[in-house]
Amino acid sequence: MVKRVGIEGSGAVALAAKLADVDVISAYPITPQTHIVETLSRYVADGELDAEFIKVESEHTALSACVGAAAIGSRVFTATSSQGLALMHEMLYVAAGCRLPIVMAVANRALSAPLNIWCDHSDSMAERDSGWIQFYVESSQEAFDTTLQAFKIAEDMRVLLPVMVCLDGFILSHVIEAVNVLDKDEVAKFLPKFSPKYVLDPKHPVTMGAWASPDFYLEFKMQQDEALRKAKKCIVEVNEQYGRLFGWKYGNGLIETVQVEDADVILVTLGSMTGVARVAVNKLRADGKRIGLLRLRSFRPFPAEEIREAAKNAKVIAVASRDVSLGSFGGAALSEVRSALYELNKKPHVVGYVLGLGGRDIKVEDFLTIANKAYEVLSKDKVEKDFDFIGAKE
Amino acid sequence: MALVKQLGKEELFAQGHRGCAGCGETIATRLLGKAIGKDMIVITATGCLEIISSVYPQTAWRVPWFHVAFENAAAVASGVEAALKAQMRKGKRLPEKIHVIGLAGDGGTYDIGLQALSGALEREHDFLFVCFDNEAYMNTGIQRSGSTPYGAWTTTTPPGKCSIGEDHWKKNLPAIVAAHNIPYVATACITYPLDLVSKLRKGAAVNGPAYVQVLTPCPTGWRFDSNLTIEVGRLAVQTGYYPLYEIEDGKLHVTIKIPERKPVIEFLKVQGRFRHLKEKEIANFQRFVDAQCKQLGIP
Repeated sequence: MVKRVGIEGSGAVALAAKLADVDVISAYPITPQTHIVETLSRYVADGELDAEFIKVESEHTALSACVGAAAIGSRVFTATSSQGLALMHEMLYVAAGCRLPIVMAVANRALSAPLNIWCDHSDSMAERDSGWIQFYVESSQEAFDTTLQAFKIAEDMRVLLPVMVCLDGFILSHVIEAVNVLDKDEVAKFLPKFSPKYVLDPKHPVTMGAWASPDFYLEFKMQQDEALRKAKKCIVEVNEQYGRLFGWKYGNGLIETVQVEDADVILVTLGSMTGVARVAVNKLRADGKRIGLLRLRSFRPFPAEEIREAAKNAKVIAVASRDVSLGSFGGAALSEVRSALYELNKKPHVVGYVLGLGGRDIKVEDFLTIANKAYEVLSKDKVEKDFDFIGAKE
Repeated sequence: MALVKQLGKEELFAQGHRGCAGCGETIATRLLGKAIGKDMIVITATGCLEIISSVYPQTAWRVPWFHVAFENAAAVASGVEAALKAQMRKGKRLPEKIHVIGLAGDGGTYDIGLQALSGALEREHDFLFVCFDNEAYMNTGIQRSGSTPYGAWTTTTPPGKCSIGEDHWKKNLPAIVAAHNIPYVATACITYPLDLVSKLRKGAAVNGPAYVQVLTPCPTGWRFDSNLTIEVGRLAVQTGYYPLYEIEDGKLHVTIKIPERKPVIEFLKVQGRFRHLKEKEIANFQRFVDAQCKQLGIP
């Protein structure tokens, strides 16, 4: 049965992990992720969830223990933010390289220095090449759904990769929204039990984590890359199946588009800022502007073909980013969207806007400013500045 | 039945690994297999043991084995142990005793792995952590670690006009581990295999965390002939430099008695790493060993 409840994004993620009946949770506190693991601690303390909760001494150990538990064939979950994710950096690559289907929620937060606890995508964007699947969710509802979907995708034999569910710190993690939650029976229809093929077991000894010489390393990386690409099909299928079973889904699973078919200008977004962009798009449409919206739900695997298809008729693509690749082209998404569109015969101008860093509010006016700038590019038929900061103080 | 007969002929650490001739660590690993048997899962930190035993697509391990990284063998072991517990409790796996073993060198224990080890001990995971102590970062080319003894040459503590070699005393890690009040802590040496095996078995058998630190002389890093590994280990123990003891439920007792302690110079002089030491440093070394023995009640 589907029940509608008022719940924080953090609560929605924790509830999804509980419904997935995880065996092991290993986590370390960091703001703004804490409510997720606090909620899970309570579930375990109250006997609502039968899991081992390892209260570790660092995020590095949090993920290391997940790696060990996943290698035994357990369903495992962790959550972190910012500095914690940065401390996990080394283990992120190991988890992906060992093909362990770990699910981790990242409550996105800025990286120090200066220290800042508020929403920013720089933490997870810095890990975009670690080999993890990365979803950026727009709402608490999507955080709930995507956490459940993440287990199914991660554990799919075609995929076998860890998944990061990125939800905006505070904006989603700490805000109570109405969320349609599933019960155990509903989840059972969707998420099968985890039964991996290769695990550490004295009855069938295997060696995991062997080192690879230059004769083999490249092939390992090729296989990982192939698995990430193949994951696209799985993500699309899982999104469809979820929609069929429960009645709601997110675009094609990889991207979600709004009125892009006839749009001259398409705004590209990630995460909760999309809701604000939707309002701006509606406003501009009412003013007769042909503007559309494309939300990147999956950042890894990167939906290049889907973006090409959605953007093929547009003249300007304006990429809004809540992270900054210092000394390069603004947000990480700008470079990647541009790369995806570069080989189109009729390629649109692609321009980037960095905003909302360190938790600064993103307002409808910000997207109106971005749209104005994009329309300037359109009228001049020229990009004068690859990217710009929006809302910076003089 | 005598312990030596119980060890059996089965080798769980296979021949053909790539250890140096005279490697003390591989002797210890072989004995670990014989001591614990098949029902174990081994997590090994990055280091010599890992690289000599797991060259893809080959492996020397006949037990389930996992290498993850340098500093986190204890952390990974935590996850393995917790996962086994959860699976058995939830009926996903038949209940049986599976020994979870963390293996690391002194770098992966004394230095970079200390935080993860401390956390795992404090959380009382049921596992055995074995430190193969060869007193330096041998895998990367003999750099000093927190376990390197006073006066030793390493590639990062070269003796010179302004240097005697390593100028700090070896850290007393067994005491730090014992301060976690875990049920079992021991030191051992490959030269005393039955003592070593008995300690590994005790460590694996206790309910909760156990720590066994094994001196594994390294001909490559300590600069001695590869046929002297066992002898160098013997001298380490007989001079009182590396006392072998165990701490069970907080009570320490020395397991290998040394009725007539040899001067430490006997241990130092067979190794090239101490060749440069002068009388003054050797006297300092002897004073350090005397104090250590006094503390342990070794005459």
